[in-house]
Amino acid sequence: MTDFFADAATEATPIEPTLPDGWELIVGLEVHVELDTATKLFCGCANQFGSEPNTNVCPTCLGLPGSLPVMNERAVHMAMTLGRALGCEVNRSVMARKNYFYPDMPKDFQTTQYDQPTNSDGRMVLNDGFVVGIERAHIEEDTGKSTHVGGGGRINDALYSLVDYNRAGVPLVEIVSRPDIRTIDHAKAYVEELRGILLATGVSDARMEEGSMRVDANVSVRSHGSGELRTRCEIKNINSVRSLGRAIEFEAQRHIDLWTNGDAPNQETRHWDEEGGRTRSGRSKEDADDYRYFQEPDLVPLEPSADTIAAIDAALPPLPSARRAALSETTGADAATIGILVERGQDALALAAIADGAEAEKVVTRLVNDLAVDDWSKVTAPAFAALISMESTGDLSATQAKQILGDLAEKGGDPAAHAAARGFEAMDTDELETLVDRLIADHPDEWSRFSSGDDGDKKKMQGFFTGQIMKATQGQADGKAVAQLLSQKSS
Amino acid sequence: MSAIEIAAAVRAGERSAVEVLDEYLARIAERDGEIHAFNLVTSDEARAQAEAVDAAVAAGDDPGALAGVPLALKDNMCTRGIPTTCSSKILDGWRPPYDATVVNRLREAGAVAVGKTNLDEFAMGSSTENSAFGPTHNPLDTSRVPGGSSGGSAASIAADFAALAIGSDTGGSIRQPAAFCGVVGMKPTYGAVSRYGLIAFASSLDQIGPFAANVADAAALFDIIAGHDPLDSTSIADFRPDASASLDRGVDGLRVGVVRELSGGEGSVEGLSPDVIARTNEAVAALEAAGATIEEISVPSSTLGLSAYYLVAPAEASSNLARYDGVRYGMRVDAPTTGEMNTASRTAGFGPEVKRRIMLGTYALSAGYYDAFYGKALKVRTMMMREFAAAYEKVDVLISPTAPTTAFPLGERTADPMTMYVNDVCTIPSNLTGHPAISVPFGLGDDGMPVGVQVLAPALGDDLTFQVAAVLEAAGGAR
Repeated sequence: MTDFFADAATEATPIEPTLPDGWELIVGLEVHVELDTATKLFCGCANQFGSEPNTNVCPTCLGLPGSLPVMNERAVHMAMTLGRALGCEVNRSVMARKNYFYPDMPKDFQTTQYDQPTNSDGRMVLNDGFVVGIERAHIEEDTGKSTHVGGGGRINDALYSLVDYNRAGVPLVEIVSRPDIRTIDHAKAYVEELRGILLATGVSDARMEEGSMRVDANVSVRSHGSGELRTRCEIKNINSVRSLGRAIEFEAQRHIDLWTNGDAPNQETRHWDEEGGRTRSGRSKEDADDYRYFQEPDLVPLEPSADTIAAIDAALPPLPSARRAALSETTGADAATIGILVERGQDALALAAIADGAEAEKVVTRLVNDLAVDDWSKVTAPAFAALISMESTGDLSATQAKQILGDLAEKGGDPAAHAAARGFEAMDTDELETLVDRLIADHPDEWSRFSSGDDGDKKKMQGFFTGQIMKATQGQADGKAVAQLLSQKSS
Repeated sequence: MSAIEIAAAVRAGERSAVEVLDEYLARIAERDGEIHAFNLVTSDEARAQAEAVDAAVAAGDDPGALAGVPLALKDNMCTRGIPTTCSSKILDGWRPPYDATVVNRLREAGAVAVGKTNLDEFAMGSSTENSAFGPTHNPLDTSRVPGGSSGGSAASIAADFAALAIGSDTGGSIRQPAAFCGVVGMKPTYGAVSRYGLIAFASSLDQIGPFAANVADAAALFDIIAGHDPLDSTSIADFRPDASASLDRGVDGLRVGVVRELSGGEGSVEGLSPDVIARTNEAVAALEAAGATIEEISVPSSTLGLSAYYLVAPAEASSNLARYDGVRYGMRVDAPTTGEMNTASRTAGFGPEVKRRIMLGTYALSAGYYDAFYGKALKVRTMMMREFAAAYEKVDVLISPTAPTTAFPLGERTADPMTMYVNDVCTIPSNLTGHPAISVPFGLGDDGMPVGVQVLAPALGDDLTFQVAAVLEAAGGAR
């Protein structure tokens, strides 16, 4: 299985497909997130991925006759924490039964929430400031997992099916956005932002490859600015951020083609076919489910006190949007760069180094370009601040600073010590001037092209001389000082 | 010998639990072929438990408050490793891997479970004729029904197959068979007794309760099974009733209300038999003679209880019984696809009354019908709670007949479900409100069969129901 986010970071410049003139895209997302609790939602079984099939089970999560659910308080707390992180109201809420038959659902109903969800009416601020409304974020249980073997490989044409109930009863929160999303980029950014919030709050590990985060997209189109909501289709089986973009693009075009031809899409669930690059109709219309929701009589309402909610608010960690704002205010860097640093979690390091007196612009540059490594935990803020100061004062060249940052990430410690160990010492100006003079003498043609050529020549030859000097000094020369010397000597 | 006397004798070492058990097993062997109170007699397990009790007594350990008392369990209580059928074919072959909380509590108290008693399939019925394993006969007149759905448990007491029995009451399933069999049966406050391990019929109405031949034994059993259980989220946290201690408090000064609509008064439900009304009035007179003040009380919505109940209970049942799909346990009828296998298994496994209620409940919850049916039933339920709360501002307890008639002949009402459903008209309100109520025998009907009188109390008034029942019993209600 692919990692939902594996391709997200590498898509530096996502291509925003434009709908044909006059059409507007309407997207709402439903994201299921597994809560990272020790035990399941209604019993004491381990909430653990990857165990031997049917080992994390008991009478309750197997739905055996006579068993009863008991609410996992930790899961409720996590769900409310997520709700507050999404700016939601936390309500008095009740569980409900969603009734339908499926072999991997032990009770043949799912315990979920219906008209009284725990969290409602929130909002999410994306990296570029765009706001997506959150309709609700409700608590529910996961189902088991079916494997259909032989035949056509689907439930009704397989030779036999195996069911693993380890996942049955694992706590989920389903986050339902309002249909506010108008572009594919924003749909992707929403999912990435949500992942950042989940990780920051510690509510979920948000791992797509283990199914702990699943995204469904509700897609429709309308004539631009009309304000109407036309028939939507729900796209399931989307397993990466990239697929999310492709699926929305395909589905929107399918709708436009239908409307253009005087047809209309059916309101239905469709499945994304990754290989075929298209969506396919999931269920036929005559199977339209009537879930016969009613309040779960085996559980009591969840009624958080004002104190509980205040305590949750007080314990909320800084969230990605606030962290981006803080970093942006301090550094003035562009939104994309800020987004990368916050996603990597390097914003705290940047702010601490700047507070220690390091130059903000250099801090950002070094981090975004030269600290794209998995483990940078050994880089302390004082060491990083000292490194940037050494670079700013010219004690280290840019190249040297990059190398030492690598040393810090690998070994930790102090930048001056690493500089000394590598034999990096600031070359004094006299020494550098001698070297420059010798190079000018050795390359008279190049020098004349530098000193009297056109701008193109000048630029090329500056590169040539700088390169030669760096080669001769093994990168220890300060590039700025070299440029200054070359310019002095040519005037 | 009463249950309390058996326990005292066993605890004192005057009788052995094994000897008591043998006496009861002999009676079962002699007569249960005719009565069919039991789906299963668990002689071996009972003997092991009786021996453990005797060993504890011999060792000087506390063998428990109900040491050596033979006990019958309704066959919808889960018993570890012992078939638990709900008198349905659909649970064919299933053995629970765990014990119900009440079963654990009773074992720890030293009671000796002698078997699993017959019931209307999944507790849906009022005569125990809806059992997949055949009906139970009333021990007082085997041509008549024992009532239901806990007919097997009630019969086991009436036939002295057990000194104590456990039933479940969703719409009267303890109280009505208690009345029919001339024994005491009590439905506790919702949440007083853990439902963990009780196979659900209608979760918001189901409550486990005691059967016994007399009020004191029923109180002793209730005191053991009541109490908080963290495994049942609807279990009441801080409720520690002591029914046994309330038995001799009398009713002097107690305010007793007679529910006009359930007792043949103005605007009353129809179908109440004159002899049943007469015995109820005599019971009221007995309470007055014992010092209670009497007042007629109107609870108008109690006449709507039947309609509300037959929407709420089937709605919950349609969901609770969905899990019997042939996938994991019980009966499976193979078919080409999963959906067809589900249908075939359920078609073969459920009896007609269960299917009827699943259909009713599914319909009541369906899109477009929810508001008109299930939603409206919930409103009636709320209204009923308000009206009963108002009534209990004027009086301490309420009185009504338990059932409209005495036990009727087997087969008399099986053809028309409605004639069966009206049996529950007096008992249903307590389930919809979650309040406690007890049925105590009070004299006989014109047919010589026992009449039950019902004492209703507000939530948590469980002890009070026993207190009043003890006075009625002393006044001449015993069979």
